[in-house]
Amino acid sequence: MEQEKSEEKIKYSIIVPTYNERLNIALLVYLIFKHLREVDFEVIVVDDGSPDGTQEVVKQLQQVYGEDHILLRPRPRKLGLGTAYIHGLKHVSGNFIVIMDADLSHHPKYLPNFIKKQLETDADIVTGTRYVKGGGVHGWNLMRKLTSRGANVLAHTLLWPGVSDLTGSFRLYRKSVLEDVISSCVSKGYVFQMEMIVRASRKGYHIEEVPITFVDRVFGTSKLGGSEIVEYLKGLLYLLVTT
Amino acid sequence: MKHVLKILTLLVAISAFWIGLLETSLIPRSNAWLLPIYFVVSLGCYGLLMVGIGLTRFPTCPHEALLLQQDIVEAKDFLMQKGVDVAST
Repeated sequence: MEQEKSEEKIKYSIIVPTYNERLNIALLVYLIFKHLREVDFEVIVVDDGSPDGTQEVVKQLQQVYGEDHILLRPRPRKLGLGTAYIHGLKHVSGNFIVIMDADLSHHPKYLPNFIKKQLETDADIVTGTRYVKGGGVHGWNLMRKLTSRGANVLAHTLLWPGVSDLTGSFRLYRKSVLEDVISSCVSKGYVFQMEMIVRASRKGYHIEEVPITFVDRVFGTSKLGGSEIVEYLKGLLYLLVTT
Repeated sequence: MKHVLKILTLLVAISAFWIGLLETSLIPRSNAWLLPIYFVVSLGCYGLLMVGIGLTRFPTCPHEALLLQQDIVEAKDFLMQKGVDVAST
């Protein structure tokens, strides 16, 4: 396997889960093709039955960029983020997987940095971090920043994960590593991303970080209510006793 | 080893050290009794301090938001020419 790897051609499969992202998915695909040159890749859109016509737009994009570069692998209805990655994984032909959000909070211009970092360090996982020099967040109010910092300090004090950004979801995985880690993850939402990286870290996989910026265009804090905080704390406790 | 066990081991080690201090009376007993309170308070202070430092140094990127707007305009122009439906809803 090790011998094969070096001769094997490297291909990147970018899995993008969508729900009502008809405009964003088009913009995202354009930006991916703009910034990813000279590497072999495919974009796998896992759409959860969006009523806004996301899938029609993806089919139009297939006409522009080719069906071998853009794969539409829809599911009948909203079934959650974790299972979207598992669903996408079944259809990948690459040996490295990138997972990113469709809402443009993750900018494709960072993809070459992920790839470069992986090639330089032979890492199993390269994770985007917002909390180092060169990274950053835009569009958060003070309350959102406070919750984020509090959550991060708590997680670092309790879990010692060795990664600076636990809940970020812009990551590059070696395919076998993603398959291994995802099969042992059960959480949902923010906790899912944290569980993935903590389990990977405990299993001893080689994790590297690259700075990314995160532009939140969905203003407001609706995503982070009291129930999310309770879910997060439950998730922390769960990771504390199971990893 | 489960992570919670590591933390518990650490706590047990600290407790053992504390009990040792109590028993050997290296420092006055009344002071030794207060040590756990100091420990908890300093842990809380550490947490607040880290959150505070994190907040004041929170990295922001307003420039990136502008760049993204430019990218969006550029992408829309290109996609519209190619016949992709990018009309805003």
